[in-house]
Amino acid sequence: MKRYTIFVITENFIGILNRITIIFTRRGINIDALTASESRIPGIHRITIEVTANEDTVIQLVNQIEKIIDVIKAFYHEDEGVVYQEIALYKIPVSRLDGGLEKIIRQHNAKIIAAEPEFVVLELTGHKEQTQELLEILKGYGLLEFARSGRVAVAKRMLTIESFIK
Amino acid sequence: MKDMMIRGADIVVRSLIAEQAEVIFGYPGGAIMPVYDALYDYHEQIKHVLTRHEQGAIHAAQGYARVSGKVGVCLATSGPGATNLITGLADAQIDSTPLVCITGQVAAHLLGTDAFQETDVVGISMPATKWNIQVRRVEDIAPAIAKGFFIARSGRPGPVLIDITKNAQTDFGEFNYVPCLGFRSYKTYEPVEKTKIQEAAELINKAERPYLLFGQGVVLGKAEAELKFFLDKSGIPAASTLLGSGALPQDHPNYVGKLGMHGNYAPNMLTNQCDVLIAVGMRFDDRVTGDLKRYAKQAKVIHLELDPAEVNKNVKANVAVVGDCKESLSMLTAAIEAKKHESWMARFREFEQQEKAAVMQHDITPTKLGLTMGEVIHQINQYKADDAVLVTDVGQHQMIAWRYFNYKKSRTQVTSGGLGTMGFALPAALGAQLHDYSRQVICVVGDGGIQMTIQELGTIMQTKAPVKIVLLNNNYLGMVRQWQQMFFDKRYSFTELDNPEFIKIAEAYNIKSQKVSDRADLKEAIEDMFIHDGPFFLEVVVEKEDNVFPMIATGCSVEEVRLS
Repeated sequence: MKRYTIFVITENFIGILNRITIIFTRRGINIDALTASESRIPGIHRITIEVTANEDTVIQLVNQIEKIIDVIKAFYHEDEGVVYQEIALYKIPVSRLDGGLEKIIRQHNAKIIAAEPEFVVLELTGHKEQTQELLEILKGYGLLEFARSGRVAVAKRMLTIESFIK
Repeated sequence: MKDMMIRGADIVVRSLIAEQAEVIFGYPGGAIMPVYDALYDYHEQIKHVLTRHEQGAIHAAQGYARVSGKVGVCLATSGPGATNLITGLADAQIDSTPLVCITGQVAAHLLGTDAFQETDVVGISMPATKWNIQVRRVEDIAPAIAKGFFIARSGRPGPVLIDITKNAQTDFGEFNYVPCLGFRSYKTYEPVEKTKIQEAAELINKAERPYLLFGQGVVLGKAEAELKFFLDKSGIPAASTLLGSGALPQDHPNYVGKLGMHGNYAPNMLTNQCDVLIAVGMRFDDRVTGDLKRYAKQAKVIHLELDPAEVNKNVKANVAVVGDCKESLSMLTAAIEAKKHESWMARFREFEQQEKAAVMQHDITPTKLGLTMGEVIHQINQYKADDAVLVTDVGQHQMIAWRYFNYKKSRTQVTSGGLGTMGFALPAALGAQLHDYSRQVICVVGDGGIQMTIQELGTIMQTKAPVKIVLLNNNYLGMVRQWQQMFFDKRYSFTELDNPEFIKIAEAYNIKSQKVSDRADLKEAIEDMFIHDGPFFLEVVVEKEDNVFPMIATGCSVEEVRLS
C-alpha cells in the first residue's frame, strides 16, 4: 500500500464527481482527500484525489475513471511524481496566546491570517506531515477548530491539459 | 417564429424518429404523459409497444437491441416507472447492450421537494449506465438524445438514461436535429497499434498449442467474418463464451465448444495446457476463468479488446491489442503463418468424446423415464431455422439450452449473461420478435424465471408476436437446488415451487398452448409449436432433480471441471 495522487481532467458536468466517487465506493476504497476546481481552461475541471492503495488497484481505478464519458483524462502519480501542498487553518483562543506560541509560529512558518477579539486563525501550507505536526502542538493551546484541505498538486511530468483535448 | 416552435414532447418523438428508432417499449404515467400524447400523432412513423411492467419494457428493448444491433429504446414515467428500469439498465451495462431509456421527471421547479413520483433516477442509475443526464430545458432535449444515441451505440455499447422534466416536455422550442458524431471527452476506441500486431503474430507463429477464446466483442464489433478468416488460416482451436455463441458457426472445423462453469469439458480442461491464449472481445468473467490463480498460468496471453479498462483487469496480458477487433483480427490474419494444429486439435476431440459419453448421451438420449432439458433442446434443433434466435432466462435451462442449441448464425443468442437476471427471457423474446416478425424466436425459460415477468404474456397477446415459449418445468429453482445438493448437504431451502397450471395462464391470454409430460409426445408437440402461426406456449415437465454438468465449482480451477 502506497499513497497515490490521481488527477482527473473533466468536463464540468453535473454529477461527474458522483460518477467518480462511486467507482471507489464500489470497490470499498477510501478516498483520503479530494479537491475539485476549475482548471485554467474555462469549462474544464480538475479533480485531485489522494488514495492509499496498491498500484494494481490504482490502475484499475484510473481505467474506470477514464471510462466515464465526460472525463477527458485520468492519470496517477506516486508522491515523488508530484509537487503538492495542503492548507490548514487553526483557530486558537486569544486567552492562550503567549510567547511560546510566537516561537512555534516562527518555527513552522505559519502565519496569523485573522485576529478577532476572542480568537486568532493561523494558517500553514505544506505537506500533511507538517500540518499534522503543528496540529499536535496546538492541541496544547486550547485549539478551538482545525480544518485541512485536500491535496492540490501538479505533476512533474511535462504534459499540458491541451494535449488531452483534441 | 412561433409556428416553427414545437412542444418538447414532440421534439422527443421526432428525435427518436431522426435516430431511426422503429420500435419503442414503454409504459405511460404522469410525468411522461406529454411524450405519450405526442406519440399519438406519430404512430405511423414509430411503433410503441405497451408492456405490462417497465422491467418488461427494458428487457424487451434489450432483446430488440441484441438481435438487431440497433439501439433499443424504452420509455417510462418518473418515480416507480424509472426505478423499475434499474435491473434492465444494470443488465445492459454488464452485457454491453446499447439502450436509450427516456424517463419523465417532475417539473424542474419541483425537483428536490419530494414531489409526487419524484425520484433521483439520475443518481440511482449512475452505476448502471454508460451515461445519463437530466434535461430541464426544452432546448436541451434534442442534443441530449443525439448524444445519448451516439454514446449508447459507439465504442463499447451500453445503456444511456435521459431524464426529462415535465416542463421541458410541455415548453415550446425549435426543432433542428443535429446527430452527434463525437465530442472531446469521449474516445470511442483507440486505433490498433501495428507493433502490438507484430508482437502477437510472433507469439502465435511460434506457438505449438495456441488456443483462441471469443466473446460477444466479436458480435458487437461485427467481426464474425474476420474471426473465421483468422481461424481458417491459423488452424487454431476456438471456444466461445456464453455471449460469444453464434459469432462462429458451431460446425466450423476449428470450433471446439463453450467455456466456463457449465461449458464443455475440453475447452475448460485445455485452457491450462495451451501455450498461447488469444482472447478476442471477452473480459475473463469469473464464470469463464474459475480460480484466476490457476488460470492459464502456463500460457502467454494475447488480448484483443476494445475497452482499455478490460485489459489486465482479471488476466494479465503479455500482448494487449487494444482497439476494434474487426480491424485487429484482419491485421493479425495478414501477419501470421498458415498452419494446422492437428495433434493439438485432436486433444480437444478426445475430451469431447469423454464428455459425450459421460454427459451428453444422458442429456440428449436419456434412458430414464423423466424428460431431460437436453432432449428438448435437441428436438428444437431438428426444427429450428438456421437464423432462429434462442432467448433464455437464467438457471439450469439457460445452461442446458446454451450447451445443446445448435448456433449457426450471429445474433441468435439472447440471454442475461453478466447480471444473471431471472425474468429476462419472456420480455427479451418479445423484443427480439418485434424486430422481425418473420424470424423464429424461441424463448426457453424455467418455471422460476417465467413467474418473474409472466405478465408480459399480455404484451405477446396484444402484439401477436409469434414467440415460441418453451417452459422447462421441474418445479424447482433448479440451479439453486443443484448447488444445495452439491454444496449445502441437500438442504433444499426454499427452492421447491408449487406452480400454477401454466397452460391455463397461457390460455387466459389466448396463447395456444400444450403441456408435455411424456417423451412420446415431445417431438410432435415441438413440431406443432413451430408450425403454428402465432405465439405458442409449450410446457415440458422435466426430471425434477437433474443437474447440469460439466461443472466448475466456485473457487475451482478450469481443469477441475467435473463431469458428474
